[in-house]
Amino acid sequence: MIRFENVSVTYDGSARPSVRGVDFEVPEGELVLLVGPSGVGKSTVLGAVSGLVPHFTGGTLHGRVTVAGRDTRTHKPRELADVVGTVGQDPLSHFVTDTVEDELAYGMESLGLAPAVMRRRVEETLDLLGLAGLRDRPLSTLSGGQQQRVAIGSVLTPHPQVLVLDEPTSALDPAAAEEVLAVLQRLVHDLGTTVLMAEHRLERVIQFADQVVLLPGPGERPLLGTPAEVMAVSPVVPPVVDLGRLAGWSPLPLTVRDARRRAAPLRDRLTDRQPRLDHTARPLQPAPPTPGRRLFKRTKPDTTAASPVAEVRSLAVRRDRVQALRHVDLTVTPGETIALMGRNGAGKSTLLGALVGLVEPSSGSVRTGDAIPHRTRPRDLVRRVGLVPQEPRDLLYADTVAAECVAADDDAGATPGTCRALLSDLLPAVADDTHPRDLSEGQRLTLALAVVLTARPPLLLLDEPTRGLDYAAKARLVTILRGLAAEGHAIIMATHDVELAAELAHRVVLLAEGEVIADGPATDVVVASPSFAPQVAKILAPQHWLTVSQVREALR
Amino acid sequence: MASSPDDGQPRRPSRGQSYRWGGTGGRWASPRSSEAESGGGSWQPPEEHRTPAHQHDRTPLHPGAWWLWSLALGTAATRTTNPLLLALLITVSAYVVATRRPHTPWSRSYGAFVRLALAVLLIRLAFALTLGSPIPGTHVLLALPEVPLPHWAQGIRLGGEVTAEALTFALYDGLRLATLLLCVGAANALASPSRLLKSLPGALYELGVAVVVALTFAPHLIADVQRLRAARRLRGRPDKGVRGLLHVGLPVLEGALERSVALAAAMDARGYGRTAEVPPAVRRTTAALTLGGLLGVCAGTYGLLTAEGGAYGLPVLLAGVAAALAGLWLGGRRTLRTRYRPDRWDMRAWLVAASGAAVAALLALAASRDPAALHPGVVPLVAPTLPLWPAAAVLIGLLPAFLTPGPEAANTRKEPT
Repeated sequence: MIRFENVSVTYDGSARPSVRGVDFEVPEGELVLLVGPSGVGKSTVLGAVSGLVPHFTGGTLHGRVTVAGRDTRTHKPRELADVVGTVGQDPLSHFVTDTVEDELAYGMESLGLAPAVMRRRVEETLDLLGLAGLRDRPLSTLSGGQQQRVAIGSVLTPHPQVLVLDEPTSALDPAAAEEVLAVLQRLVHDLGTTVLMAEHRLERVIQFADQVVLLPGPGERPLLGTPAEVMAVSPVVPPVVDLGRLAGWSPLPLTVRDARRRAAPLRDRLTDRQPRLDHTARPLQPAPPTPGRRLFKRTKPDTTAASPVAEVRSLAVRRDRVQALRHVDLTVTPGETIALMGRNGAGKSTLLGALVGLVEPSSGSVRTGDAIPHRTRPRDLVRRVGLVPQEPRDLLYADTVAAECVAADDDAGATPGTCRALLSDLLPAVADDTHPRDLSEGQRLTLALAVVLTARPPLLLLDEPTRGLDYAAKARLVTILRGLAAEGHAIIMATHDVELAAELAHRVVLLAEGEVIADGPATDVVVASPSFAPQVAKILAPQHWLTVSQVREALR
Repeated sequence: MASSPDDGQPRRPSRGQSYRWGGTGGRWASPRSSEAESGGGSWQPPEEHRTPAHQHDRTPLHPGAWWLWSLALGTAATRTTNPLLLALLITVSAYVVATRRPHTPWSRSYGAFVRLALAVLLIRLAFALTLGSPIPGTHVLLALPEVPLPHWAQGIRLGGEVTAEALTFALYDGLRLATLLLCVGAANALASPSRLLKSLPGALYELGVAVVVALTFAPHLIADVQRLRAARRLRGRPDKGVRGLLHVGLPVLEGALERSVALAAAMDARGYGRTAEVPPAVRRTTAALTLGGLLGVCAGTYGLLTAEGGAYGLPVLLAGVAAALAGLWLGGRRTLRTRYRPDRWDMRAWLVAASGAAVAALLALAASRDPAALHPGVVPLVAPTLPLWPAAAVLIGLLPAFLTPGPEAANTRKEPT
C-alpha cells in the first residue's frame, strides 16, 4: 500500500540528508510503527507518505514513494487526500473550521462527497470516537484529548486507505490513549486501513504493531522487522522489553500478558527482596499524609511538617462557568517529589497555575513559602516557586543560549554566570551561540529548567515534562530531577506518563473533575489503579516493583 | 455543481456505502465521554441526535438572515437622529441578542461592540466640547479658554464657548453612530461571519476559506499573547503593562506564522484546492465571461457617471453583471466541493429578514413624510418626542426573538441522562 524505494530526503540548506536509504513496503491492512530517538527523521518519513515532503516543506527527495499506486512525485498532497489521512503532532494547528461537526465534515466537503454520505459518516464517526456529546462545541473549548480525537475523526471521515499519525497519544492520558489506540486497532482489523504511526511512548503502542521500522540514528538506514526482532536491537524500548532483556527472556515479550507468563521465576527470585524506594534522598519531612488523615486536616494544620514549601487549603477555582478545582488540599514538604495525575481536563494545570499565581483562587488559600502567589510580584515569586510550562519554548525569548542565560541571571537577580553553570551541568554539549529553536525537544526542556532553577526556587513545578521526549532524554531528565530532589527541592509534576511517575515520585496525587481522589505514596496509589500502573508493576504484581531499575538493582 | 459521491475518485467500492460504523457505536463511546467539564452524564444512544424533531427545532437560522436583519436595523438608524427612537432601536437589537445569541466564543464579541459604541459616543462629545461646533447656539453652558491659533489654521477653533445646542447635536450624532455599531455587533454575536462565508457560491469558496482562516487568526493571537504573558510572569518579569506586551510581540508573531504554515500543510493534505477536470472549452468560456463581464461593468459604470454616456451606460452595466455572474456560476463547476448540512433559507429566515427590512423601509418612509419628528430640532432647542407610528415600526424588529429557536442550553454541557 505504501512503498518507499530507496528514498533519501535532503532539506534545503543542510549538507547531509535527513533520512537516507529508506526502502520498505507497508502491505495493506497493517499497522506499522516507526520508532527511533528524537531527530532521526521520523516526521520526514511520515510527511513523505502524504506528499507534504517535499511538495510543501521544500527540499529534495531522491527515490520514489508510492501510495496506493500513486507516485507522490506527480501527485500533490491534495490529490492524495482521498487515500491518505494525516494527523500531525498538534491537533490545534490541524483544525480549519471552528466546531466539531464542521471539522469532521471538512475533508469530505473538499473531496466532494454527496451530502447524504457526509451526514451519515459524520454521525458514525461521532459515535466511533465518542464525540456525540460534543458535536456543537467550538473546538477551542475542548480538552487536549478531545481535540486529538476530533483531529483523528476529521481524517477518518473521508475513509482513507492509509492513515499517517505523528505521535497520536503523546498528549493524552493513559485511558484516552487506550481509547484512540483501540479505534486504530479496529480500523486496521475491521476495515483493512493501513496505518503508519510514529510514537515515543512505545509501552502504549508496541503490542498493536504488525511491523516496526526502526530508524537507529540520523541518516542511518532503517531496519524493518517484527516488533520482537526490532526490539531486541532497538536503542529505544518500552519497560516490558527492558525487563525482558534484563531477565534474558527470548523471544522478548511485548505485552504485559506475555511477560507475566514468563515472570514466575523472576517473581520467585524477588520475593525476599524489597524495592529500594530511596534512589534519592527521602523527603526531609515524615511521610506525606495518607488519604485517611486528610479528613481531619481542616480542623488543625499538621504541626509536624515544620515549614512546608507550599500549602493549599480547600482551594476552589472557577473559570468560564466551569468548576476547575474544588476543595483541594495539598501540603508539599521540602525534598518531596509529587506526581499529579488524572485525565485531560481534570485540573492538573490549573492547580499548578494556582501555585505560581497565574490562576486566582475563587475560594480557599494558596501559599508558597511565605507568599500568596497571585498577590506577589513576579520578581519575588520566582525565588519561591518556578514552573516549566507544557511548551518550554514559551519561556525562551532570546536568540542564543548565552543571551538566554544572561537574561535569566538578570531576572532572578543571581550572580552572573549562575544559569550558564547550571546549564553546563545539566546539558554539557550545548554551544553558546545556538538558537533555542534549533535545540531538540529534550534540550529545550533542559534549558527552560536551567532558566527556572537560576532563582533557586525551593518548589519546582513541571507541566507534562516528557511530552515529545524519547527514552534517552527522559532518562536524563529523571537523573536531573532526582539530583534536584536530593538537594532539597520539592518537585510537583503534572504528567500522564506513568513510567515517569513510577521512577520519580514519592507521592502521587490523583485528580478527577477538579477534586483530589487519591493522595498517598506512589507505590500504593499507582499499583492500585489499572490505568495508572506502570508496566513493571503489572508484570510483577502482587509485589510492589515499579521500575526496571529497581529490579536491576535488587538483582545485583 | 454537486457531484455524485464517488465521482471521479478512485476509492474502494465496498467502503462507506455498505459498512456501518454507527451500528456498534455504543461499544466505542466510552465512559470517558463524561470527561472534563461535564458532571457525570452518561452516554446516550446516537439515535437521540438523529430524530427529526430534534433537527427541526434546533436548526439554527440562516446566518444571512441575521445579517440582513441587523444591517436593516442599522440602516433604519441612519434615517433618524431622534434619541428616543435610537434608544428603542438599541433596546430592540440588544434584547434579541440577549435572548438568541448562541453560547459560542464569538458571541461574546457583543460586549466589545458595546464598549466600542460607548467610546465613539464619548469621543464625539469630547470633540464637540474642545473643537467647537458649527451649530449656532445661544445657551452657553460653560466657556473654555480659547487657544489662539495661527492664521493658516483658520476655521479651526480650540476651546471657547460650549453651547447646549452643540452638545445636543453631538449627542444625537454620536448616538446614531453608536447604534449603527451595535447593530453590526448584534450580527456578529448572532451569527459568526465565518458561518456566513460558508454560504458563498462555489467559485468563491476558496476565497471564503482564506477569509475564515484570517478571522480565526485573531483569537489565536490573543490566546498566544495571554500564554506568553503568563510565561513572562514565570520568568519573574512583570506581566502587565505595555512593555510586557511589546516584549512578547515577536514570539507571538513567530508562533502565529508557524501555525499558519502548519495549517496550510494540514489543509493541503485534507484536499483543500482540489479541482475537477473541466473541458478546455468550458474553461475558456469561463475566463471569457468573467473577464468580459468585469470589463462591461467598468464601461457601464463609466457610462453612467459621465454625462454623455447616459444612453448606453445602464444596458452595458447590466450585461456586464450578467456575464460576470454566468462566469462565476460556470467557474463553480471546477470545484468538487459539496456542502455539509448547508444552512437552509426557510420561512423563518424570510420572516426575520423581512422584519428588519420593514423597520428600515418604514423609518425611511417616516423620514420623508415627517422629517421633524425623526430629526428633533437643535436650534432652537426642543425636547424630543417619541413619534408614535415610527416607534411601533421599530418594534417590528423584535419579531426574531419570538420566531427563532433559543440557544441550546446544553451547548456547553452534556444533556442530563
